[in-house]
Formats: sequence, structure tokens, C-alpha cells
Amino acid sequence: MTSLVEDRLDLAIRQVGSIILGKERAIRLALTCLLARGHLLIEDLPGMGKTTLAHALAHSLGLHYQRIQFTSDLLPADILGAAVYERQREAFVFHPGPIFAQLILADEINRATPKTQSALLEAMEEGQVTIEGETRPLPEPFFVIATQNPAYQIGTFPLPESQLDRFLMRIELGYPDAQAERALLEGEDRREVLARLPVAMTPEQLQEAQARVGGVHVAPPLLDYIQALLAFSRQSNRFRGGLSPRAGLGLLRAARAWALLHRRGHVLPEDVQAVLAAVISHRLHPGEDSLEQSAGELVNQLLTAVALPP
Amino acid sequence: MKLWNRKQRPKRQAPSAPPVEPLTLPALLWLLAALLLAVVPHAWELPVWLTVAFYGVAGWRGMIALRDRRLPPRGLVLVVAVLAGGGVLIDFRTLFGRDAGVALLVAMTACKLLETRGLRDGVVLVFLGYLLVMSNLLYSQEILMVAYLFGVVLTMLAAQVMIHRQHAGFKALAPLWLTGKMALRAIPVMLILFLLFPRIPGPLWGLPRDAYKGRTGLSEEMMPGTVSELSKSDEVAFRARFAGPVPPPDQLYWRGPVLWNFDGRRWSSGDRAPRSTPVPFTPEGEALEYTVILEPSNRIWLFALDLPAILPPQSGMTPSFQLLRQQPINEVYRYQMRSYPRYRTGGLEAAERNRGLWLPRSGNPRARELAAEWLARPLQPAAMVDAALALFREQAFYYTLNPPLLGSNSVDEFLFRTRQGFCEHYASAFVFLMRAAGVPARVVTGYQGGERNTFGDYLIVRQSDAHAWAEVWLEGRGWVRVDPTAAVAPNRIQEGLYAAVADAEDLPFLIRRGGDSAWLRQLAMGWDSLNNSWNEWVLAYGPDRQKEFLSGLGFGPVDWADMTVAMTVALGVLGLLVAGLRLRNQGSRDPVARAWERFCARLARRGLARDAHEGPLAFAERVAINRPELAESARAIGSLYALLRYGSGFSAEGIRQLQRLVREFRV
Repeated sequence: MTSLVEDRLDLAIRQVGSIILGKERAIRLALTCLLARGHLLIEDLPGMGKTTLAHALAHSLGLHYQRIQFTSDLLPADILGAAVYERQREAFVFHPGPIFAQLILADEINRATPKTQSALLEAMEEGQVTIEGETRPLPEPFFVIATQNPAYQIGTFPLPESQLDRFLMRIELGYPDAQAERALLEGEDRREVLARLPVAMTPEQLQEAQARVGGVHVAPPLLDYIQALLAFSRQSNRFRGGLSPRAGLGLLRAARAWALLHRRGHVLPEDVQAVLAAVISHRLHPGEDSLEQSAGELVNQLLTAVALPP
Repeated sequence: MKLWNRKQRPKRQAPSAPPVEPLTLPALLWLLAALLLAVVPHAWELPVWLTVAFYGVAGWRGMIALRDRRLPPRGLVLVVAVLAGGGVLIDFRTLFGRDAGVALLVAMTACKLLETRGLRDGVVLVFLGYLLVMSNLLYSQEILMVAYLFGVVLTMLAAQVMIHRQHAGFKALAPLWLTGKMALRAIPVMLILFLLFPRIPGPLWGLPRDAYKGRTGLSEEMMPGTVSELSKSDEVAFRARFAGPVPPPDQLYWRGPVLWNFDGRRWSSGDRAPRSTPVPFTPEGEALEYTVILEPSNRIWLFALDLPAILPPQSGMTPSFQLLRQQPINEVYRYQMRSYPRYRTGGLEAAERNRGLWLPRSGNPRARELAAEWLARPLQPAAMVDAALALFREQAFYYTLNPPLLGSNSVDEFLFRTRQGFCEHYASAFVFLMRAAGVPARVVTGYQGGERNTFGDYLIVRQSDAHAWAEVWLEGRGWVRVDPTAAVAPNRIQEGLYAAVADAEDLPFLIRRGGDSAWLRQLAMGWDSLNNSWNEWVLAYGPDRQKEFLSGLGFGPVDWADMTVAMTVALGVLGLLVAGLRLRNQGSRDPVARAWERFCARLARRGLARDAHEGPLAFAERVAINRPELAESARAIGSLYALLRYGSGFSAEGIRQLQRLVREFRV
């Protein structure tokens, strides 16, 4: 039983990996995010496989999948749904929007207006939506993968820091390496491959896996380490404002999920370090000394500067 | 390798600047702050132009750094350096000595600032800064100064920390905290070195002569006006602590230079060379035991109550009972004394008698007439003393700080015309009269009285207590002290200067005893008490005090070799203590961590050091890649350690296994 869930998770990783070639780490991070009941922000240029990743994940995990393409004229009701008057029944009937799905791909979230963005983000935060006074729960599990083009593109509304914080992780996919790209070019259409794939696990099994994340053991030295990371980010003037307690909680949850994904019943510092960049790079801002440094460099500095507690 | 091949070395390429690790802005700002603070006390001694220039240059350097501008060209810095050196030379007419040396140091530090780019320049500046800090001690060693310099040193240390750990990302005042903690930890070592480092008598190194100038104090000569000028100074001459109760004021005559020679206007010493044993006399009554803590005077005089019976180390006594030290007193000096306030001295040698009667051939005729009149009566010597004192008491003599000026016949003018004078006038006239009347007499200068400080229960003797009195030689009693001032102004002796002079309002606050604002006086006394402790325990901590301290701890007589041993032992014990504490901390840590550390240390010796942030699995993996033959055991140790450290549940078996694996691990 115990190994069953983990076997299924491994299978899912292999399956998605056969669709998105050479991106196993990103796939693992995405799955970690899902297990930790967080939401994922993928920031990359168009055409890097963001949509494919979301689609493959949904398919492999047997989740009900909806894609919402964000545009500047998208309205909150287009996401959440609206009550429509039906003449036959002489009543307003709620027509649920695309958000009532288990895995949502919010494509190019920064193209929509802040009002629409916040409608989605509130739903993400609460796990429920309130429309015309009635609160409706969202399905379980509920996982949002938002994609965002890098902010310098024209006609976008970059997510403010407070909204970025709602995402547990932010990752980049990046270009595939030569070998993976070759395989991609040689192989058949990925959509067809995807359609043929069996389902790796049921939503119930996924929920069970999610429930087991909280049971992953965390030893005091590991908490010391996480606290040391948080403290350093707050004390060093390389960063403007340190990591929030929410970031710390997220880091721990993600590390637990990562450990579970790697069949460990306890969290190691390596788990924390593996998820560190994904969890904090969008929450960390360079201080006056390190304005030119990229988010990756900043995270790396934090990682190398903090020693493991003895 | 081939040193002889020097000529064949390829010619130097176009000069390219050597790679310099630049100073970061925070490091530079800390350094500037520390240097600015170090120069603040010098502002009182430096020429104004130099102070202004230093702060100007420092500000300029700060602006360059803040605005990210270029440093001035090397040529300009050179010109500034030459101008500054020239300025010092013109101002002081030398480049040597204390004042010019310090000025030059300040000027060159400013120039160095203008070419400070990299880390190395920063280090050089830090050491220049420490030199600047120390140079302040050439001017003052008072508590406030030392406390201030301690603060400057902390800032300098902080700058040093910033320079060497430029990228540690310290925030705001964090380096100051760090150096504060470092300084606190250094205190035990500092105390041991201070208390036990063998002190040698006399200064360790010579200072330029101008380092001791400008001390106020008694002078070798006495003219009308010398003592009264001194009386306006509230500087402390010395402090004295009595073993028993403080004697009454009429016994508090602190003996200084004894003056024999008179040229009609000026009294000068003419004393004989000192001997290395106390001059014998017949004491009557109880001895007074006390300690004197003498402020630096740049003189060799030691002061003691009449009459001193012992000698401090490395000092001698003249036949006139004056104590002299071998070297000038340039630092606070503390010595034990014993005096007998009641005494009889022996007979008078012919040569001494002659000197005690010697007068210039002419001058002051009316005084001589008066003395001749007494001789003709005839009066006994003791009666003549009384007659002279009666003259001062009964005629309209005034005791004043600002007497009228006197001409060439100063004694006559004072005795018969102006009749206003300070103690030197009375002493001088009295001795003149005695000598003219055939009684051997001499002038004694020194201090009289002193103010009791109830906080520390000691006596403060200020320059304002400077005094001059007379001694006459009487058959059967020897030298007898006669204070003509006491006849004119008994208050001077009993209550001090403030009570005695009419024009006391000119005097500085500290001299005006029992005057206004009692609480302010209390405060001043408390402060003085603190200064006295500082003097006794820090500044006067010389070889004698050190021996005293060690014998107080129960050691017998000690020499410098014993002291070195004691110091080494104390430092060793301290080191062991620290090491023991650390070991105990380590010993109390769990065996898992110790085994892991052993494993890491073994690999580190082979050049495979674990990074501080590297987790156990990651490290084992790196070992496996670098040393494939160790892969299996390293992975086993890494994963077992990870399980024991971060896993749930405690397993004694697991710990034993880890210990065994580490023991068997061979690099």
C-alpha cells in the first residue's frame, strides 16, 4: 500500500517525462507543488512546453483539466461562471466557469487585467468561490498552473509581489538540451503520445499522497536549518526584506513533498535545497548591494552562505 | 626557478594595472569614520589648517566613493603630499618631535586616503589609524580620553572586519556588535598582560623632548610672582592617601625645592647633590605613613611632608631633605612615604652656615638697617624670629594674589612701601631679614595643605596649594620651619587659599573651597576620586606596584623572570580553560555528529572538504564522483548519517553502525 502510491507517482513522472523530454527536474518540482497543495507559476517564453506539461500532468494523474487563456478582455465571470436565467425553469441557474476543474492551466495570466487576475488568485487561496452570495467549493484536488511571459513583453499586467506570494513555486522550463531536442524532433507528435497514455493514478490516490506529505518527519536540526535560511535572508543586506513566515511554511511543505516523492519518510537538507530556488526565487528581492543579480544568483548566494547546523 | 636568467625575462608589456580587489563602499565609510574619530582629539593641538584639510580630504574621499567618481590623479596626490609636508615643516620648523610628528602623520594619512582604492590600501590605513589612536596618548592619558580611544579602536576594528569580510553583507551597526563581542572576549588576556607583563623601571622608550612640555608646576627659582601665578591653576599636583587620620593643616607642609641663593631679587637652589640614603635626624613623636600619587611634572622632584625618613626606589635626598628621583616624572608616579612631623636636625657645618647667611653685597639697605638694629639690642635668634613675625602681624601687611610690582630692592620695597604680597614675598623678606641679622635661614618651596576628598578619603593637592616658607637654624633645635605667611594670613594655612585672599573671585571653581553650589563640588570630587583610582591602578602601575600586587596575592619577592613565568602560566591556564569549555561542548554533542565530523575531517585532509552548506547525501555523492573507490562506503555513511540525524526515531544500533563504518573508513 505504502509503496503503491510512490510507485504510482514514479510512473506519473516517467509518463510525463516521455512527453516533455529532458525536463525531469521541472516535472518533479511541479508534482511536488501539487503534492504540497500549492499552486505553480511557470515563467518562460512561449513555446517551451508549459501547456504540454500541464496537459500531460492532468492526463497522467487522471485529473479533470481546464485551460483558461487569459486575455486583456477576460472578465472574472468568464473564469468563475455566472447565473443565467433559464426560461423553462423560470429561475437563475448557475453555470460554473472553467475554474470548476481539478487542474487549471491559467495561460499567460499576466495578459489579463488585475481584476480578473485577483478573481483567480482569490479562488486559489480560498479553495472556494462566492458568486452572487452563494459559496461554492472547488473540486478536490485543486491545482492551478499559471504561466506567465517574462514581464518585459508589451501589453502585460505583471503580477504584484503580494499575488506572486500566492504561488508556492515559480519555475522556468528553459530550453531542452541537444539530446532531448533531437528526440523531440525525431519522435511523433506529443499529443498523440499523450492520448495513448494510460492514467497513472486516480485522484483519490493523489489525495492520499497529499495527505501523507504532512506525515513526513522533520527533525529539529532541519528546522534549525530552515530558520537559519530565513534569518540570513532577513539579516543580510543582499536582500531587500527577508523571507516571510509564509515563505518558511511553504519551504517546509515543499521540502516534505519532495522527500515523499523521493521515497523518504524524513526531510533532508538536500530536499530543502532542491526546492529552495523554486519556492523563494519569486519572493526574494535584491538589496542595494546586489541589484544586478538575477533571482537565481540570489538564491544561490543564500544557499551557499548558510551552513548546515551542526 | 632560474634566478640568473633575469635579463632574459620578456620585456614588460604595456603597463596594465595590477588586479586590485576594490574596497566596498561600507568598508570605506567605516574606515573614514574610524579615522575621523581618531583625529578628533588632535584637533586641539594640530594647526587649524591641517585639521580643516584633513576633514576636507576625508569628506572629499567620502563624496568620491558615494558618487562613484574617479580618484584624483597620482600627480595631484603627490603635490598635496609635498604641500602638506612643507606646511608642517613651516609651521613647526621641524619634522621631528611629538607635535610635528603627529602633524605629519595626520597629513600623510589624508594623502593616503586620496589614493586608497583596494583592500591593501585599506589595511594600511587601518594601521595608520591605530598609530593615530596611540599618538593621542602622548597628549593625555585621562580616563575620558582612554574611554574615547577605546571607542575609536572598536570602530577601527569594525572597519578592519568590514575590509576583510567585504562580502559578508553586514547590516548597519552589525560589525560594531561583532567587534564589541571580540573585544569583550579579549579582556581576560588584556588583564593578564597588563597585570603580569614584567614592568621595567623607567620608560621603555624615549619620547621626544617636546612630549613633556607645558606642564605647570613649581619652578627651580623663586621670584616675586612665581608662586602667585601658580596659585591660579586648579591642576592637581599630586594626591596623598594616609594610612592613619589626615594630620592637621599646620603639619601639611609638602617639601619641594630648597632655595639657598639670593641675588637681590631671585632665589635659586644651590642645594648639594643628593645622597642615596635618607639624611639622618632625630624624630620626636609618631611617624606618618602615606602614599603619594604624583602627576607628571617633567621634574625630578618628589614631594614629602616635613621631614621624610625613607627613600622611594631610585631616588635620593639632598642634605636639605629634598627628595629627588633619578628620572623626570613623566608618567603618574606612586610612592610610599614615612615622615616625622616633629623632629630635631643636627648641627650645622661651617660651609652650610656660610651659605645660610650669604647675602648679596649691596641692596635693600633699610632691611639691613632693621636687622642691624635687632642685633644691636641684642636679641637672641629665636627672639629675632618672633620680632620678624611680629612685624608682619602688627604692621598693615596684606595677603593678596595680585601684589604691586617691585623694583630692584624688592625686599625693602615690600617691607616698607607696598606691604602687599603673596607667600613668596613674605618668605623672601623673612629669610633676608634673618640672614642680615646673622641667623642661618633658607627658603623652602612646595605645597601647603590640600583638600580632603571624602569619596576616596585622600588629599588632593593642587597647584594652587603651592607655597613658600622659611627655615631658620636655631642652636639646639636645628632647622626649624617658620611660615611668615601664617603670621599675616592664618586662614591660608588652616583653610586654604580661597579663605585667605581678598581677591578670591579670580580663582578657578575647583580652588574655591566651600563656596557655591555644593552638589557641583560633590560631583567634581566624585570625578576626582575616579581619576585617582585610575591613576593608582592603571597609570601608576609600575614595577613597584606590580610587585606589591603579586606579594599581595601571596607570592614572595618576585623578579621579572618570575613574572614572565606567572604570565605564561596565567595565559596557559586561560587557554586551557577556553579549550576545555569548547571540548566539553563538543563532548556533550551527540555521537552521530561526532562520527560525521570525523568522517568529514578525514576527507578534508585529503582535499575533499565538505562545504558548510552541503548535505550528507550530496557530499557522499561528490565523494563518490571524485573517489570512485570510496563510493560505496561514503554513500553508506552519508545515508546512515542522514537517517540518524534527520530521520524519526533513535536507534542505538544505527549509531554503533555509523561509528563502525566511520572507524573502518580508510581514505
